[in-house]
Amino acid sequence: MRERLSIVLAAIAALLLANNLHAMFLTLPDEAMQGAIYRILFFHAPAAMVGMIGYFVALTLSIMYLSFGDFKYDSLAASVIEVSLVFSLVNIVTGSIWARIIWGIWWTWDYRLTSALVCVLIFSGYIMLRRAIDEPTQRARLSSALCIFGCVDVVIVWKSIEWFRNQHPGPVLDFRTGGGRMDPAMSHVFYMNFLALLLVATALVLIRTRQESTAREIDSLRRVAHAA
Amino acid sequence: MRVLRQALSVAYKDLAIELRTKESLNAAGAFAIAILLLLSFVFDPFSDVVREMSGGLLWLVFAFSGALIFNRGFSRELPNECLDALLASPLSPASLLIGKAGGIFVTLLPVELVSLFVFGIFYNVRWWLHPPELAAIFVLATWGIAIVGAVFGALTVNLRLRELMLPVIIYPLLIPLLIGAIEVTNTLIANHPVTDYEWLWARVLLVFDVVMTALASVLAETILVN
Repeated sequence: MRERLSIVLAAIAALLLANNLHAMFLTLPDEAMQGAIYRILFFHAPAAMVGMIGYFVALTLSIMYLSFGDFKYDSLAASVIEVSLVFSLVNIVTGSIWARIIWGIWWTWDYRLTSALVCVLIFSGYIMLRRAIDEPTQRARLSSALCIFGCVDVVIVWKSIEWFRNQHPGPVLDFRTGGGRMDPAMSHVFYMNFLALLLVATALVLIRTRQESTAREIDSLRRVAHAA
Repeated sequence: MRVLRQALSVAYKDLAIELRTKESLNAAGAFAIAILLLLSFVFDPFSDVVREMSGGLLWLVFAFSGALIFNRGFSRELPNECLDALLASPLSPASLLIGKAGGIFVTLLPVELVSLFVFGIFYNVRWWLHPPELAAIFVLATWGIAIVGAVFGALTVNLRLRELMLPVIIYPLLIPLLIGAIEVTNTLIANHPVTDYEWLWARVLLVFDVVMTALASVLAETILVN
């Protein structure tokens, strides 16, 4: 059932992505100030949004694991964080390419860039911590605790660096500005691409969760075999 | 109140062990001075720029030497199953965690003070111009380092790769705290006027301390009880 759902989601995402790519490269004109490179925005910002949503879904799942002790929440949280980490890396890499062309530099210590990097560092630590613990209950409990600390820290980092440095372009999306900062045709493609990336992320999470559950089953069988 | 009393006895126990053995104090102090010495080769130690960036230099030294202290916080309880005995005692997990943070805090503060004196001598910096404000920032930032150090020291105490995992997890989490401490310390040591900007950072330190201490208390049982 879960396998079929992931295939269906991936197929819908592929169709959406194909349609969006057609709109981005063949329908929409170049942006007046930035030229063709602005199209990277259609992947850069949605990847960041999918990553951030993922971290807060993982926070909820970690709290649920600690409350109910069900391993399925732990497997889901680990899968969501791994997939979110990939999307955060896509966000950083596409942002760097855009910055090199528009600002002339690959990186600047702006608050959004720094927060994104801190997110990647914190949740890379989460994955390393999981790899370092063999015992499943201890791994689930400690990684849930780290996820909660990490998400709270990300909020503090985000707010504090916002006061510290700001070079990144301001918000342009309707739900942040109240409208009028982005052409409706562009914002339509933007939201459709966000939906496509969200579907890709969901399909990946489903596949990764199945792998995680299988790995846990194999591990428990191995323990039984060792004990016998 | 009971939690606080129990936490104080844990901190007192750790401090008594530390004063007897001086393991962490000596190691962290020597390490801090070695970094300060090495930094003098990176740039001109008597230029005016040093005063402007003294906060950055000092807090990096404190954060790195602090790692030696919070690494020992829980690992010193491993021989003879002392940690199991502590967990089996009537102490609440929250008081154990906060007590451990208290022990780290009281051990790290003297290391910071000695480093500050050495820094003043090595780099010809007059750091004592705003003593109450500087003391407040040191207390706030050191408590933040201590509570995060205690939580993650406990979290990684039974891991094979403890020494590798601890810095990888802790330093990204300490970033907002260190930025705040660096910003305010820079202003105070450079003798610039304290503005709303510095107060904002002092509030970030306070929020960080309160949030992390509250989270540590709530999750103490999860972190400590196997």
